Amino acid sequence: MKTWRGLVVPAVAILLWEAALHGVRTQSDTIAAPSAVLASLWRLLSDGTLLRTTFETLTASCLGLALGFGTGVLAGTLLGIFPRAAAYLLTPIELIRPIPSVALIPLSLMAYGFGLSMEAAIVAFATFWPTLILSHTAIAAIDMRLIEVARLLRLGPIARVTKILIPAAMPRILTALRLAIGLALVVAVTVEIAANPQGLGYALIIAQQSLRPGDMLATLIWVGILGWGLNALLVMLERRLSSEQVQTMSEV
Amino acid sequence: MSAATSVLKALAGALAMLAFWFILSHFAIVPRIFLPSPSQTFQALAFGWTDGDLPEQTSATLLRMIEGWLLSSFAGVLVGSAVGISSAARAYLSPTLEFLRPLPASAIIPVAIAVFGLTPEMVLGAVVFGSIWPTLLATVHGFAGIDPRLREVAQTLRLSNLAFVAKIGLPNALPDILSGMRVSMTVALIVTIVGEMITGQSGLGSAILLAGRSFQSSDLFAGLILLGALGVISNVLLRSAERRLLRWQLN
Repeated sequence: MKTWRGLVVPAVAILLWEAALHGVRTQSDTIAAPSAVLASLWRLLSDGTLLRTTFETLTASCLGLALGFGTGVLAGTLLGIFPRAAAYLLTPIELIRPIPSVALIPLSLMAYGFGLSMEAAIVAFATFWPTLILSHTAIAAIDMRLIEVARLLRLGPIARVTKILIPAAMPRILTALRLAIGLALVVAVTVEIAANPQGLGYALIIAQQSLRPGDMLATLIWVGILGWGLNALLVMLERRLSSEQVQTMSEV
Repeated sequence: MSAATSVLKALAGALAMLAFWFILSHFAIVPRIFLPSPSQTFQALAFGWTDGDLPEQTSATLLRMIEGWLLSSFAGVLVGSAVGISSAARAYLSPTLEFLRPLPASAIIPVAIAVFGLTPEMVLGAVVFGSIWPTLLATVHGFAGIDPRLREVAQTLRLSNLAFVAKIGLPNALPDILSGMRVSMTVALIVTIVGEMITGQSGLGSAILLAGRSFQSSDLFAGLILLGALGVISNVLLRSAERRLLRWQLN
């Protein structure tokens, strides 16, 4: 019932866009009609260009994400376990964290040159800070009674981490992961647009520079579909995981 | 823990960070060409500020960011209120907005260049388009969360749509709007920097790209410190404005 109403606005916009460009006989360097964009999208998909650039972007985002998220969870957990150290470290963190990740593009470019590593490094920097903050709060928000239970049961340090800390902090860390995944894709594309000659972002900018508006808009729409699909998938996964957790909680 | 000791600990942490930086560069643990020493960086910062063009570049970036942010906040609250006021408008528009939201803000820059060329207006337009989403969606979200009883009150009082927005909608959505505007500010700074890097228009974004390309790492770090300061200061200012504006909520 609700679905069709959401489709009205894009459908009307596409029809108007097509109609507006239909009368124009001259070929435009800046804008293409939806039908031409669709044709470009089909061509780029069938000849594998789009899949190759998507693969490049995803490789860089996954590598950066693995680095940034992994170290972020580790550092956040350590800060949560040692609140005394956190009192000293949170200020330097608050001073470094607001540096916009894209400002590190020149630094990373200087250190690594063009390619996978410079892009992955920036994605890692961008995903590290929110992950650190969220996993720190995840650990800090654990019910003190759980820690007391652990003490009563005389759990060793490893058992404390695996049996108490990780399960209790899991929902928040999953939220952090969803945010970090979305951020990783956005940052990777941004780095490619600004500097790095590979992947979807570079495909966008090079299509613009070589006056192929159809390819440019097709790539843009593909980036939109990718981001939207990824977000929908992650929201669904998170919902499923948290509903499972609620179930086991109520069963207990 | 008293306030004084926590300030002391924060200072100690910041000093430890500086010491860590000094050790990394002084003993060349990270090659000097990539990581200048703190003193070189502050010299570059002081020199650029008094004899160079850092003040102009900083103010260019700052103005672009603030201008784009103000425009996008205004437009975001306006469109967000229009969408949020009726559930029908939400049903028609939210899917489109949800599709546009995860799009990287910078991805619009190539399209903007194609349409508007390499002009300052293009960068501003990209900043506005990129940073409008957090505020817009937060406003819609804030309106959606209004207590249905308040809507009924408005109906009973026969408030016009405009009066509903001004008297019930915006005050109730204010917490959401303010936190959305804070995110928008971050996005505005990012798109400003990327826009300057691509178009080469004067500003800190193009300045640090140039410094990096010519391996002037102390100039690069000076620019990074200024950009970080812009991020920290704008965030702190907005947070305190948020606390001040929302004080009535706690009572």
